[in-house]
Formats: sequence, structure tokens, C-alpha cells
Amino acid sequence: MTHALKTDNSDALIRDKALWMRQQAMKMVYAKQLGHLGGDFSAIDVLATLYFGVLRYDPARPDWAERDRFVMSKGHATGALYTALCAAGYFPQDWLDTYMEHHSKLNGHPNRQYLPGVETNTGPLGHGFPVAVGIAIAGQINGADYRTYVLTGDGEQQEGSNWEAAMTAGHRKLKNLTLIVDRNRLQQGARTEVTNGLDPLDEKYRAFGWDVVEVDGHDYAQLLDTLGAPLGTRDKPLCVIANTVKGKGVSFMEDQAKWHHGVPNAEQFAQAMKELV
Amino acid sequence: MAVAQPTPTPGLDCRKAWAETLEGLAATDERIVVVVNDSVGSSNLGGFQTKFPDRTVNVGIAEQNMVGVAAGLANGGRIPFVSAASCFLSARALEQIKADVAYAGFNVKLVGQSSGIAYGELGATHHSIEDFAWIRALGPITLIAPCDAWETAEAVKWAAAHDGPVYLRLSRMKVPTLDLPGRAFTPGKAELQRAGSDVTIIANGTTVHLAMEAAEALAEESVSARVLNMHTITPLDTNAVIAAARETGAIVTVEEALDRGGLGGAVAECTSATYPVPVQRVGFPGFMPTGSIASLFEEFGLSREGIVSAARIAVRRKGA
Repeated sequence: MTHALKTDNSDALIRDKALWMRQQAMKMVYAKQLGHLGGDFSAIDVLATLYFGVLRYDPARPDWAERDRFVMSKGHATGALYTALCAAGYFPQDWLDTYMEHHSKLNGHPNRQYLPGVETNTGPLGHGFPVAVGIAIAGQINGADYRTYVLTGDGEQQEGSNWEAAMTAGHRKLKNLTLIVDRNRLQQGARTEVTNGLDPLDEKYRAFGWDVVEVDGHDYAQLLDTLGAPLGTRDKPLCVIANTVKGKGVSFMEDQAKWHHGVPNAEQFAQAMKELV
Repeated sequence: MAVAQPTPTPGLDCRKAWAETLEGLAATDERIVVVVNDSVGSSNLGGFQTKFPDRTVNVGIAEQNMVGVAAGLANGGRIPFVSAASCFLSARALEQIKADVAYAGFNVKLVGQSSGIAYGELGATHHSIEDFAWIRALGPITLIAPCDAWETAEAVKWAAAHDGPVYLRLSRMKVPTLDLPGRAFTPGKAELQRAGSDVTIIANGTTVHLAMEAAEALAEESVSARVLNMHTITPLDTNAVIAAARETGAIVTVEEALDRGGLGGAVAECTSATYPVPVQRVGFPGFMPTGSIASLFEEFGLSREGIVSAARIAVRRKGA
């Protein structure tokens, strides 16, 4: 089936899906003792909103030319991406049990040749955004009506390739492109503003020719309103600064840099699963 | 959609052959687009831009973005030809070539212009002698260095029709078009330019015609030299290399590139694992000084005399 856009029940549906995604990601990372839960959990509400209230896609036809595209530029957040693609119907749930196992399709970073629904291979930061710009340019040349969404981390914005891409998108007025910055304000080692500050990020994007909207990245209503806009409502690319909390949903993980790639022990896992209800 | 097969005009130089062939293909296959880094002029794509302005994507001086955008265009159903100076394309965007093109497997054509030491006087920053080694390390990319205008046109046509990543390493040097009856370009299959039994000279790109001159000189010394045009480095025609080793017992490789990791490296890897024979590699040793193409070719042995000398050594080493 082809997923439709926002409905009256979208908010409840997204809430359910996001909870399920957090539970599954927690189980996968606990089982494998590998992963990036902090960034998974800051982005999961955005992904749940996209896949259950915004994107036009058909999991039975991952190559459908007119599908909306979502590019996960922060490729390390596979706990978020894989659970979203699974929930969206791209592959069966038992595949999640193979997360990062020997020869698994669920690689530590996504590979489009392993998994349906992955638009491009990411992992090294600063790659997904230029690819998304290329997808949007193809849509512009083709006169296609698909929309392109790309999510980057906020620390990821330190990679210069993003600014090359931002310049091109602004120059070409790619109104079919939406960038979402997962603004949890933490990168692997420390706070972004301590490491190599990004603020004022909104002014930077405006200066590059973009519309900019700031939202609470865990508020489904705000995300739906902002991300769900149909083509033709703007004449510029849109940057959505999604203010998020790293590790959102598990008390001891929230806003802690060490949970960038921290993994839970048995006690922490039990505690987390108790909170994820 | 059928891909046009325009006939190359005889006597064209390689840059003209590239541009005119691509324009001909683009006229019948609307999927073809070019992606450039302010390199319309240096890629000889002014005609393409005039004919297909909407299909000329100029991202400015931003090579990482250029290759990423190309991968995205392929995702969107286009056949992008990324055309930029090979020194910047291969080096500045190497991680994008690795992750977004080779590893992701997108149908992107990378066209390295003015490769080797085409920009001789501009110095080592603008030389592109490492590109063979770097791109060869990224397995799934078909790596082709055409030897003349005819082969350039054939390689462009093949790349457009092939579904998968390709790196075409082109030159701006004027080289003679080699005259062989019934010539056919088959990627991954070496072209036998001259039969011989004492030594095999394996060359590609701008050095094939020099290898032919060297073979003629060697004949005057009663050394029978086979000449193979190894236009495709990846995948290597291992059958031709092994046959050369077995039948002639000595090999000389010649390339306008670093003398390791490229054609010579590929041939040496192949022979050492199958049929070890002496392999003399003619190429450049490292960062090159400033100079004209002619003076640098001469100094570093990319010449009739340099290849003859390498062949004598290879023959002498047989059985040693």
C-alpha cells in the first residue's frame, strides 16, 4: 500500500510507533552491546513523524520513482532508521534481531544495497546532505512532485560538505528539499557549542538562502505541521532546526554525551524498558 | 531507452571526442546530465551547456558536493557524468567517490579531465598521477584510460550504456589516433596493438603510441615486442597479462601516472600470483617537478628510448 499523509489519528499513531521504535532500538543495542542510542533517541520522533504522517512511499516498491525520499545523513543512528524502516513495512521484524551480526543486512551504518528503503549509504558525516540535494535537483529537472527530506546531526554540521550543499540548494531554490537538523546540542565528545559552535544556526541558513523554522523535535503536532507542507507552499529550501534531547525517553541517558555510543548493562536495560511504556 | 551510437569524426582530439560524443548521446537519452565544478570550459562542455542548459548542473568549486549531488541525481533516475580536473575529482572527493558512488553502487560516471601531468608547468598540486592507484583501490568502479580520440568516444558511449559506476581518465594531450583494422572497444579486454614474442609492453592512455614506437625500435635490435593497450585497469584483463607472461616471459608497463598502485601495480600483482616474470614499471616516482609535458615525459622515461631501455632490462632479467 501507499502511505498517505496526515490524518486525524496521526498524532496517536506516531506516538505508538515512536515508542515501539525506542523499545526495539534499546533491545537491539543491548543485545549487541553496540550502537548509538543517544542519537537514535533524539531523532526517533522525527523519523516516526516522517514515516507515519508525512512521507509518500510504498514499501513494496522501494524504487518507485515518485516516492518521497528520506536520507538519513547521520548514518550511525541505525537504531532509529532501521526501526523506522521496519515499522514502515520495508522488512520483517525478525531482521532487527540480526543487528550488526556477521554479514547482517543491518550493517552498523546503512547500505542501500543491503536494505530496501535506504536511499543512500551514509556513515561518514556530511555525505547524506549533498546526495539529498542531488535528489532534489533531479526532481527539479524532471518536474517531479516528490519531496526530499534529509536529517543531519547538529555536530555533523561541522563538516564543510554540508555548507557546499546548503549553498547549492539555496542558489537553486530547491523548494522540494527539507533539511532537518537534529539539534540535541551534543556531539560524541562534548557540547557542540564548546567544541566548534554552530549558533546562530538559523541565521547561517537564512544567509544561505533558506527558510528556517525551529520546532520542538519531540512535539508531533509541530513536526507534522512543519514537515507535512505540500510542494508549492514555499519558493526556497526549508531548514527545520529540531530542538531535541539526546537519549530522549530514558532518564539516565538524557542530555549525556557519554550516551552517544554508550550501551546499557543489564540493570540499565531493565530500567530503560520500565521507562519506555 | 535506446542509446545513440554516434560515429566519431576521424582526426578529433580526445577532448573534442569526449564532448561531441556526450552531446550526441544526450540528444537521444534525456537521462544524461553533467555535473561540474565550474569546469564547463576546462571540460570542453560549452556546447553541451548551450544545448542542454537544464541538464548542466554546475555546483561551483565544491568537489565533495559535486560527487554527492551526482549520486543523488542517479537516485532520481538521471545518468550523471561528473566532469572535473582529475586531480581535484579524485583527491578532493575521494571519500564521496568511495561511499556515495562505489560503495553505494550508484550509476555515476566520473570523468577525470586533464589527468596525469597535463598541467605540467602548474606543478604537483595540479598533476593527477595518483588517481589510478586511488580509484583502483575502490574495486567496483570500472576504470578506463582511453588511448586516443576514437577510444575516448567508444569509452564514453560504453559508459553511458553501462549500469554502474565508471571512472574515465581522460587527457588533454594531443595523441595520434591508432590505426588498426576492425578495431573494437571491449572494456576489460586488452587490445592487441602489435604481436610479439620476446617481451610485452603493456600501456594505456597517452603512452600507447609511445609503446608502439618503442616496439618498432626494439624490432631493429631483433627484439620482438608485443604491445597491449590495457585501456581498462579495473577490471584487469588478467588472461591477457598471464598470456603475456607465459608467452613472452617479460613485461614492461607504461603509464602517465605514479609507478606504483596503478597499471604497473595491477600487472605485477597479477603475475606474482599466477606466472611470475620480470615486470619493469615505467611511470613517475612521486611528486613531480614543474616542466612541460614533453620535458617531463623525456626525463622520466615515458619515451621511445625510455621504454626500449626498460624492455632491454626486462629481457635481461629473464631466468635471472
